[in-house]
Amino acid sequence: MRQRIYVWEIPVRLTHWINAISIVVLSLTGYFIGNPWLFVAYRESYAGFFMGTVRFVHFAAAFVFMASVFLRTYWAFAGNAWSSWRGLFPFLTKRGRQGMLHAFQYYFFLRRDPPETIGHNALAGMTYAIIVVLYAMITFSGLALFGDLHPESIWAKLTGWVLMNAPAQQLRTVHHVIMYLLILFAMYHIYVAWLIDMEEGNGLMSSIFSGFKFLRPDQAPDWIEPEAEAAAPASKKVSSHAD
Amino acid sequence: MPSRTPSLEVRLRDHGISRREFLKFCGMMAATLALPASFAPKIAKAMNTAARIPVVWLEFQDCAGNTESFLRSSAPTAAEIVLDQISLDYHETIMAPAGAAAERSLEEVVTKHKGQYIAIVEGSIPMKDDGIYCVINGHTALDIARNVCGNAMVTIAAGACAWDGGIPAAGPNPTGAVGIGEAVPGLKNLINLPGCPMNVVNLTALIVHYLTFKALPATDPLGRPLFAYGQLIHNNCERRGHFDAGRYVENWGDEGHRLGYCLYKMGCKGPQTYSNCPAVQWNEGTNWPIGAGHGCVGCMSPKFWDHTTPFYERIPHLEGFGVEATADMVGAVAVGAVAVGVTGHAIASAIRSKTQPSGAHGDDTE
Repeated sequence: MRQRIYVWEIPVRLTHWINAISIVVLSLTGYFIGNPWLFVAYRESYAGFFMGTVRFVHFAAAFVFMASVFLRTYWAFAGNAWSSWRGLFPFLTKRGRQGMLHAFQYYFFLRRDPPETIGHNALAGMTYAIIVVLYAMITFSGLALFGDLHPESIWAKLTGWVLMNAPAQQLRTVHHVIMYLLILFAMYHIYVAWLIDMEEGNGLMSSIFSGFKFLRPDQAPDWIEPEAEAAAPASKKVSSHAD
Repeated sequence: MPSRTPSLEVRLRDHGISRREFLKFCGMMAATLALPASFAPKIAKAMNTAARIPVVWLEFQDCAGNTESFLRSSAPTAAEIVLDQISLDYHETIMAPAGAAAERSLEEVVTKHKGQYIAIVEGSIPMKDDGIYCVINGHTALDIARNVCGNAMVTIAAGACAWDGGIPAAGPNPTGAVGIGEAVPGLKNLINLPGCPMNVVNLTALIVHYLTFKALPATDPLGRPLFAYGQLIHNNCERRGHFDAGRYVENWGDEGHRLGYCLYKMGCKGPQTYSNCPAVQWNEGTNWPIGAGHGCVGCMSPKFWDHTTPFYERIPHLEGFGVEATADMVGAVAVGAVAVGVTGHAIASAIRSKTQPSGAHGDDTE
């Protein structure tokens, strides 16, 4: 029998879905702002406000996204081991490097057994580190462009130095290219989640809704967890299950 | 010392400019400076009573475009009125003396009116190779700027070149051109009026502000007066309604262009440029670029030759991806490549799970 383990706490799942939804909204509205390909206003211009609405939705969604990333960052220090910031740096520990190699070999058909983990595998952690950097860059470039529209705002004061050195157009291109990188990530992310769910049979897909994963009784502790716990991992997991 | 002469109104009457026209000018200046209408009489009084201030106009690496902007306007011009209130003692393009006599008049202003004259700088200053790329009467532009601006009461950088180097400083900047602020650091009372060219209304208003209040107007972190550079063009644009509604010019001369739709998709830099162009316009309020159907090129923003080009694109093409590759084309190809890769991997995984069952799904056989 597999054991049912509570892996993803509420803030992890909540921010995951807020991020997902806001990235979809931001990509759609952001693409339209960059290239308004749809002709929407045959009526007199006073009667239409489509671009105005799209921009409002983009800015509002951006602040929701920022708040979500902020909460997730806090939880990386306050949450359980599987949501920890340590997950972003698998290359710093030996077990992390081994886990990365394992996942890499599995993805490239060099070994058969998938990298079964409680949280995410080490290579995924590496990917999320890149995503965190992309989040920071897209947020910062967005705030700089937003601050340029509101020179008295706190955003302009925090990001004004960027536009002193980099042209707004280049910043806009960076902002735009990162959107594509996040779309590429989303495609890869959903595919791999589906693959791992099928291969490992751990209910990965439903875990991001419920928080629970189904793991083998002999599941070893993750690369991310402290070595001390490696000796007796079972008690903690069972108690998490009881929640 | 500045000389005592008949009041400005009297002098203007001799030029055929009536009191009514003079007061209209004062009202326009109050409006340009974003002051209430009640300041118009105060400006008129100040202009009438102020002593004439000596002004020298230095030209370095420039095209005299700011001089053109200053002088080419219909009568009675803002320039005419201000030219009468200041004493333009040195201006290479329009002054009567030439050669040694001209240099003597510059020398005289600097020595006789030390700390009491206004220096207007037009054009960039080359710094490379000891500044030999701009030499006037045996002195480099840098030496002249140090001497003249260093002893001035106020220095005004007129135009993009004098502000941040402008087109001479655009990559690859062969002469090492910089603006006056960078060439002569620590200059007191430096005011920047960027633009290609700067708007004569703003220069006039700046001088009027100084004559009226004996102080320079508030500036932004780039040293540009807020009355002229405090508002985003996009926010005051006559085409803004079309922008918000979602109506854009798609091609030059198309239906939307003829109907005056927003030039956003044609690369207009109005959404990132701070200037009062939409309000004061050009050539005595005749028109302005966006009004004439051409997008803003952002000539009043920093390093605009490098930073706002290409002028006709909203999101610039990506360098290193071949000619004409837009970010969107590169992005679409990448999305397609990942889609193909993911599909291929999924098919390979499906075949593998048929041929080599993994032993997952609960039957822990490993």
